[in-house]
Amino acid sequence: MELLCPAGNLPALKAALNAGADAVYVGLKGGTNARFFAGLNLTESDLAQAATLAHRAGRRLHVALNTFCHPGQEHRWFSAVDMAARAGADVLIIADLALLDYAARAWPGVERHLSVQASATSFVAADFYQRHFGVSRVVLPRVLSMAQVSQLARHLRDQELELEVFAFGSLCIMAEGRCYLSSYLTGESPNTVGACSPAAHVRWQEDNGALESRLNGVLIDRFEPGERAGYPTLCKGRFDVSGQRYHVLEEPTSLNTLALLPKLHREGISAVKIEGRQRSPAYVEAVTRVWRQALDSLHTDPEAYAVEPAWDRVLAGLSEGHQTTLGAYHRKWS
Amino acid sequence: MQTPTSTDQLRTALGPITYFWPQAQVRQFYQQAAVCSAPVVYLGETVCSKRRELRLQDWLAIGQDLQQAGKEVVLSTLTLLEAPGEVRELEQICANGQFLVEANDISAVQLLHERGLPFVVGPAVNVYNATTLAWLVERGLRRWVMPVELSRDWLLRVLTDPVITPLRDRFEVEVFAFGHLPLAWSARCFTARSEDRPKDDCQLCCNKYPQGRQVRSQDGREVFTLNGIQTQSGQRYNLVDDIDSLRGLVDVVRISPQPEQTFDWLTAFEQAIGGNPERRQRPVGDVNGYWHQLAGITQV
Repeated sequence: MELLCPAGNLPALKAALNAGADAVYVGLKGGTNARFFAGLNLTESDLAQAATLAHRAGRRLHVALNTFCHPGQEHRWFSAVDMAARAGADVLIIADLALLDYAARAWPGVERHLSVQASATSFVAADFYQRHFGVSRVVLPRVLSMAQVSQLARHLRDQELELEVFAFGSLCIMAEGRCYLSSYLTGESPNTVGACSPAAHVRWQEDNGALESRLNGVLIDRFEPGERAGYPTLCKGRFDVSGQRYHVLEEPTSLNTLALLPKLHREGISAVKIEGRQRSPAYVEAVTRVWRQALDSLHTDPEAYAVEPAWDRVLAGLSEGHQTTLGAYHRKWS
Repeated sequence: MQTPTSTDQLRTALGPITYFWPQAQVRQFYQQAAVCSAPVVYLGETVCSKRRELRLQDWLAIGQDLQQAGKEVVLSTLTLLEAPGEVRELEQICANGQFLVEANDISAVQLLHERGLPFVVGPAVNVYNATTLAWLVERGLRRWVMPVELSRDWLLRVLTDPVITPLRDRFEVEVFAFGHLPLAWSARCFTARSEDRPKDDCQLCCNKYPQGRQVRSQDGREVFTLNGIQTQSGQRYNLVDDIDSLRGLVDVVRISPQPEQTFDWLTAFEQAIGGNPERRQRPVGDVNGYWHQLAGITQV
């Protein structure tokens, strides 16, 4: 089982490799990936260096090109594919049909993984992408229960199609690639600009001692003195429904599937992905180290595997709201 | 800039009912639909497979009645497929043998393409550029419902792309023009959560909310609408004042069924299309930002 870790820059990539990532995924500057944040992502020369560093360590480099091409601008995304392939990327992570088609024709020798942004949740969808574009792996959206992941894995076992799941990090609670909540409030979404609840639209405001967070003017949450204030990701705010005020969609929390590792392993899941290309090198290193230990323990003796309290402590400390959840993998979450 | 189109006149369509209504209400709605002015009617459950007031046989029977009334009937499909049983139901819809199907997931595209059938691609399938659109047209797409978050400007750039202009007479363009916008789908049922129930014991509580449950910000602004596993816009989207800017670019205007006044608004849209200055105007509170390349919640 591959440990796939995020890197938004070269120091994070080095940290991930140093801490034991089997593969690292990165994005290029210019809006071609779903973490289009200021100061993040790699230039062409960074990318070549990233490939060299990864390969020298015997690891693999995945490049995310997982936003949707803007009309008339397909050439920008196609160039990014060329750039990634030339730099020595082992894998291209893609969601748009236009880009999958291009990559399959122009660089048939470079593996294509279906990005989570393509929202493939059924074996028929997985089959579609394998058949038409030769994808070798599907990254599953964070909407399936463990039982559903198992069913899918069993269905695809004979097709030589790998599955990758999100293991740790920020929790998207909507089917990825199919959430326009951010553009509804700000005009910018993961699909159109590669960002959710973009920082440029965030305003913090003091009101009678309380701290209000707004996204493009819309009140997302209000924190009383002493309450921990989190980033106003719109699906993690507190709103009112019929006079009840609560986290209507989801609490500020992170996904953590350490406890599910034996099941994922048994079902033949090929890779566990750590979310967080926007995170610091120190974060990447700490999270990677925990997951390396967990996977090593699992691979040594799957039967004896148990989550060590120290791992959970480290991960909870690095999590949104200091809480973690099994998310949709655990049926009760739904 | 030239704006190529395949038909001269805008036509209206009734989109699929997105809420969970009792069977009697659904049947009554389609009795009205049979005699309404919309030439195109979409049928079926697109949100949650647990909503079983009507089975495929019922939808087919309603479809036959509508077809006899002169409507073009399209069977719409589930958007988020999670269980093998849902895929089996999708296969049955795709193999219905009578009606065109709207694919709301790429799985449906695959099943329809395998059968050599033409299809409609719904708004939750990610078609953001002419290259993707052309790829789908070559495989059977006959109508494209643009993703709801896209604008007139974005649509214009897709349709004037030389990749698609030679194919423009092979497909129609439909735009979601009225109703609460479908914005997101999740494993979680937010209506059940709002009643503090787990999804597995939801007791189909979304049937208590024929218009979904309204979500307001703490300072009282409507933001979202909970509709089971689907999250919709808090405000109603309404392009009735923008009809002139759809002309020559769009073929079909989607009216998404609401529990009340759907047919009144359908009439208003028909009047707007016909250029009637006496028609109903967009009320304060309805939004149209997406069409103008702004935040969806904006009013222009």
